[in-house]
Parts: sequence; C-alpha cells; structure tokens
Amino acid sequence: MALPPRLVLRGIGKSYGGTRANDGIDLTVMQGEIHALLGENGAGKSTLVKIIYGVVQPDAGSLEWEGKAVTIPDPNAARRLGIGMVFQHFSLFETLTVAENIALGLGTDEPLAALSARISATAARYGLAVDPRVHVHHLSVGERQRVEILRCLLQEPRLLIMDEPTSVLTPQEAEGLFAMLRRLAAEGCSVLYISHKLAEIRALCDQATVLRAGRVVAACDPRVTPAAAMAELMIGQAMAAPVRPARPAAGDAVLAVMGLSLAADSPFGTALRAIGFTLRAGEILGIGGVAGNGQKELLAAISGERRAGENGAVAIAGVACGQAGASARRRLGLAVVPEERLGRGAVAELSLTENALLTGATREVARHGVIRFAPLRRFARGVIESFRVVAAGSEALAGSLSGGNMQKFIIGREMGHAPLVLVAAHPTWGVDVGAAQAIHDALHALAADGVGVLIISEDLDEIFSVCDRIAVLHGGHLSAPVAVGETSVEAVGLLMGGLDAA
Amino acid sequence: MDDGVMLVALLVATLRAAAPLILAGLGELVCERAGVLNLGVEGMMLVGAVVGFAASVTTGSPVLGLLAAMAAGAAMAAVFAVLTLRLHANQVASGLALTIFGIGFSALFGAPYQSHPITGLATLIFPNLSGAHPLLQQLLLVDPLVWLALAAPFAVARFLARSRAGLLLRAVGESAEVAHAFGYKVVRIRGFAVLFGGAMAGLAGAYLSLAYTPMWTENMVAGRGWIALALVVFSTWKPLLLAAGAILFGFVTIAGFQAEAWGIPVAPNLLATLPYAATILVLVLISRDTLRLKLNAPAALGKPFHPAG
Repeated sequence: MALPPRLVLRGIGKSYGGTRANDGIDLTVMQGEIHALLGENGAGKSTLVKIIYGVVQPDAGSLEWEGKAVTIPDPNAARRLGIGMVFQHFSLFETLTVAENIALGLGTDEPLAALSARISATAARYGLAVDPRVHVHHLSVGERQRVEILRCLLQEPRLLIMDEPTSVLTPQEAEGLFAMLRRLAAEGCSVLYISHKLAEIRALCDQATVLRAGRVVAACDPRVTPAAAMAELMIGQAMAAPVRPARPAAGDAVLAVMGLSLAADSPFGTALRAIGFTLRAGEILGIGGVAGNGQKELLAAISGERRAGENGAVAIAGVACGQAGASARRRLGLAVVPEERLGRGAVAELSLTENALLTGATREVARHGVIRFAPLRRFARGVIESFRVVAAGSEALAGSLSGGNMQKFIIGREMGHAPLVLVAAHPTWGVDVGAAQAIHDALHALAADGVGVLIISEDLDEIFSVCDRIAVLHGGHLSAPVAVGETSVEAVGLLMGGLDAA
Repeated sequence: MDDGVMLVALLVATLRAAAPLILAGLGELVCERAGVLNLGVEGMMLVGAVVGFAASVTTGSPVLGLLAAMAAGAAMAAVFAVLTLRLHANQVASGLALTIFGIGFSALFGAPYQSHPITGLATLIFPNLSGAHPLLQQLLLVDPLVWLALAAPFAVARFLARSRAGLLLRAVGESAEVAHAFGYKVVRIRGFAVLFGGAMAGLAGAYLSLAYTPMWTENMVAGRGWIALALVVFSTWKPLLLAAGAILFGFVTIAGFQAEAWGIPVAPNLLATLPYAATILVLVLISRDTLRLKLNAPAALGKPFHPAG
C-alpha cells in the first residue's frame, strides 16, 4: 500500500505589497524523502517555508498533511502536526542555557532536569554532542546549529525543514550533518532541504523543486540531473564561466599585519591572538573560517574601528597605523567593504549620493568642509552605471535598495576611491548569482590594476575561485597563508575546525 | 534609650526607607527583563500614593487603600502598555509623559487631602504600644509591607530563574522576534510585565503615603521613582542586588537624619543629596564590569516589537 504524501501544497500564493513572493506553487514531499528546495535569493524559498511553518499566512492555495486538508495558523500548530524547522539565522537566546532554549522551543512544562536527560539521550543517538547546561553564547556556530536540530528532534518531527544549514559549517561538519539527515530519513522522517549549493543537493537529496521569481520552474531528480542544468533552471540563463585574468606577479606589501592581538570587546566576541600576514600589491588573499572565529574583530582592527595595542601591528603601504583611526587609514589608501551593509557600510536614511560622500570626504567632493554636490552626484551615478545597481537614481535612499544592489554600490564606491588596499567581508553574501559574478570580476580587475585585495568570507567556493592565497581564522588565530594550488577544500576544512592538516 | 534599642531603631528606619525603592524597583526590573523600559515609575508612584491615601481615608480601610493604589498604578501602566505595545509609541517619550501626567494628576486629585493626618499602618495594627518594651516597640514599627519588601526580591529572583513563566519573560526580553517565531504571545507577556510594574509602583507610592509618612503632600515621592529606575540598571537587573542597593540608599538617608540629630554641622541640602550620590557611586562601582552588564542586560530592552504579517 502506498503511503500518502507527507505534505502537498497546491497553488500557494503570497504577495507583499506589489511583489508576488509566491505565485501558484505546487510541491509534494513524500514520507522519508529528502526534498531539495532550490532557488536564488529572492526566489521565494523563505516565504514558502514560512507558510509551511505557519509564520506567514498564504493569500491563496491549500495545504494537505498526510492526506488531510489543513491550515497552519501559527508555528505551534505546525509543531503539533510534526513539522520542525531549523532556521538559517538561529533563533536562540544567547543568555539562556541550551536546556532553557530547548524548553522554550518545545512549549512544554517538563522540568529542566528531566528535559536535560532527554536532550543528552537524543544527542547521543544522533551524534550531536552538546552539554544542555551550557549558555548558548559560549557555543560555536556549528554547536548552535546542533541545539536547533536537537530542539526539533525532541519533538519527534515527521517533516524537518532545514534552511541553508551548511552555510555556517566546515565541510567536515557538513558531512556529519548529512549522515544525521540520512539516518532521520531512513527512520521515515521527511526533510525539506533549502539550499543553492548544487553539489550538496546532488549528494544528499532524492527530489528537487526549483523556484525562480516566486514560481516553480522545474522538478527534477538531483541525483541524475547535472549541476549545470540545475543552475540554469535556477537563474534562467546559462552560466558564463568565471573569468580569471592573468595578473602580473605580486608587488610590494601594501598591508602588513604583525603580532596583532586584541581582547574581545563583548562577551560574545572572540579575542585575536598574534595575527600576522602580508598582503602584496596585485594579489587577492582570502581569509576563510566559520563565522564567530574573529572575523568581525579582525575587520574592525584593520579598518581602524578598533585600535591595536601597538602602532606597528598594522601597516598600510609601509606606514604603521595601528593606533590611527579609520579616516587616517583611509587617507593612506585603505578601502573597506564591511559585513553589515546598512549600519556599517551605508546609512539607510541617506541617499546614495550622500552615502558616497561618507567615505570620500577627503577627495575633491568636499573642499574646506563644503560639499560640492555636482562632482559627488557624478561619482555616485558612475558607480550606479558601472556596477548596474538597480536603484531609482543617485538620490534613492540606501535603505530602498535590495541587499545585493546595496552591496554592488558599496563595492563600487570603495573601488572608486582608487585604493591601494581593499578589504571586503563576505562580498557576495546574499547577492544573486549574476551580481556575485560581477563583483568577483570587479575584484579581479582591481587586483590586475595592482591593488591588494583581502577577502574575508565563509564561502569556501568563493575563496577557492577568487583568491591567490588562503589563510583560515579559527578561535582568533590565523593560519599561515598558502597558495590556492597547494591546498585543498579538505585541508582548509580541517583548519576551519581547528585542526592542522599536518 | 540604650544602644541596642538605638541600633534596632536605626535598622528599622533603614528598612522602612528602603522598602518603597525595593517594591517599585522590582516592578520595573520585571518590566525591563521583559524588554520594556517604563520611565513612568515616579508618576505611577505619585498616583498610587494619592489614590491609596484617598481610598484609605474614604473607606477607612488601609487594605482597600493599598489595593486601590495598586489598581491605580496598574491602570496607568495599562495606558502605557496600550501606547507602546499596541500603538508602537516610543517607550522613552511615553514613560516621561506618564511621569509628568502623574505629577500633575496627583497634585490636582490630592489637593483636598493635603496635610490631612491619618494613622500610620503600623500604629493601626498595634494601636497601643506605649506599655511595651522599647525594643519591641521599634520592631513592631516594621509594618507588613516592609516584610513584603524583604521577601519579594527572593520571590522575584526565584520566579525569573526557575519558573516557566519567568523563562518566557526573560526570553521575550532577550529577543522578541525569536519568541514570536516560537509562537509565544510577545505583546501579552510584555503587557503583564508592564502591569506588574505599575501595580508595584502604585504599592510603593501607597507605602509612602500610608505608612512611611502617613499623610499626603504634593510631590511626596521626591525622586524615589527615578532612584528605583537607576537601581534596576546598576543592579544589572538582579533582584537581590537591587534590594541591597535600596537598603544602602535607606541607610544613608537615615544616617543623614542621625547626623543632623547629633548636631554634626552639615548643610541640610547637602545631606539630602547624600543618599542619591552614595547609592549611585556604589552601584556604579559594582556594575563597572561592562562584560557582566552586557550579559545581564535584556538585549531587547526598549526595542519595539512589530510582528511581521
């Protein structure tokens, strides 16, 4: 006897303002199936899973759970049906313990001691080692994900939704996660797996549904469909092969960091420990690592947001500037693309023109403290044109742009200052595939012009495809940079997990 | 009076001065742990003081007076809750408005009761003390509200750390968005916390007008609401530390009176500022560990919560 499908969606629609986030989506997830939901940022994946989890109500369409029509008015109803969800941005309370966090997620009155015992038992069964008594802010990102997964598993889910789970994991941790998911599926639990990483979908999933612009464009078997074909379905056009122009040999050191140690400035931060590297003109150096291992602190120490203990710890173009502020370092030729676009990279309430002024006040756009708007506007328009930023002109407010377009504008603005060094954190995070390629091409062009480029990223694919040399941050310590050709994803993965490949 | 009686008298006076701060402070602490900053404590205390006094005089029952004061404080808090939680008004501005309203309303409403003497709570319970031992006399001056103020910090600490409702409250103050994603009623939980804060402030106000100095005078709370607010922050949102800070404040207040009584030549205005200065100084020293401050501060404090459709 054939089992009824675990979940069937028919004609699901949802609009926000004028945009149709979901438009007539049909989806069937079978029992014990690992089903991939594939699509670019903004394709409507998040909206769809929020509908399934009861966070958002659909405007149209119907849901069917194990053969019966249902409505899911809120997440509690979803959990009662047996739907568990692991969010991409963890929904954990940092100052509470693991057990308290799980208790909140379960919504039961079970005493914490009994719950802790159950947590430990389930953790052991699925190989997810976590101490229930520890406060969450002590945990690494990978451990936090385990807490999220445990929370779902304790509810004995029959459908587990995973939203881009591997974006925060080392390759080895990801392997462990896949093993756990396969075991869960073998026990009959269905998994809805959201990702845009084609390789892992091909390795893990039984079935794939591809979304583009809020619609289902294809359903396929990822085990037999080539990655290139799925990528084409996802973006709606053939992918151009990345251009990697030949570059002259690296020149003089433009950024030198020596013995940089810095205490954490918050209880959730990481202390930097004796970090040292040299970035040469015309090379791209990538710093990999799982988020929360000192990336934020390193960027702050390089940009001048935080000052180093010793002036010699940071040198730009040979000038020691560890004690100098951000403006002084910019005058030496530093350009920075921070991780947070709005709040650090740009001011949401200001226009693009005004945002262009923020890091460019030393140039001809402001004389004796008086802003000269004509050249400033020309500069902003130039950036918008050359990076094909989708915006309502140079007077559009920064906050009105999508994340990807804002990122293109910020990168364009920083490049427009003709820097000697460009430091970019997560340059393509949350940016669609086409724009990501444009940004990578621009970084290559910059390096070809003799600029030293430093990329801090969690995305190993990005680091391996763009950088000349790679170093890894782990626990505030930076590994020695090695040439891309002399290392492998596995070796870098081990470094990310704190183990030396040797 | 011998030294033992003197010492007990000093201790009792200290606790009596600390009690209103503990009561109002605990209410605000619970409110802030839920992520809501209510700067209306002073106003709610004033309204509690005058309403409690009026109800007590009218009905002749101090118990009804206390209940009326709590209801009045909670009513003002309810207005604040509707403004900030439902209509998303700015918490700081709304709280300040609440205080200004409380000052004006209590003066207007209290005008007929101005300098109307009543019997204090302790005297009411033990009407004839003149025959008792002086030590016993002093101890019996400790009225039930002081005992309540001494027990309440332990109860609130236990509630926050151990109970499920307390866990929910902390969770909402830590991240309203996450709590909402779990399906918890953020606005309702915050609303209850605000109401509790209002009732406690009302009670603290009534303690001042019914027990501490049994009469109504305009603006009699005299900044204690602000001290209670400061105590919450400097105690790093910990109930027991808050009580300790309040007792210190009470002690310095009483020590100032004693100094005057002993004829130590200090300007009275300077003496009056001493408890405020001393409390803030000590609490700043205690909470100068910024790491601890960051860990204990409710992360969502003062941030409005707009659930997404």
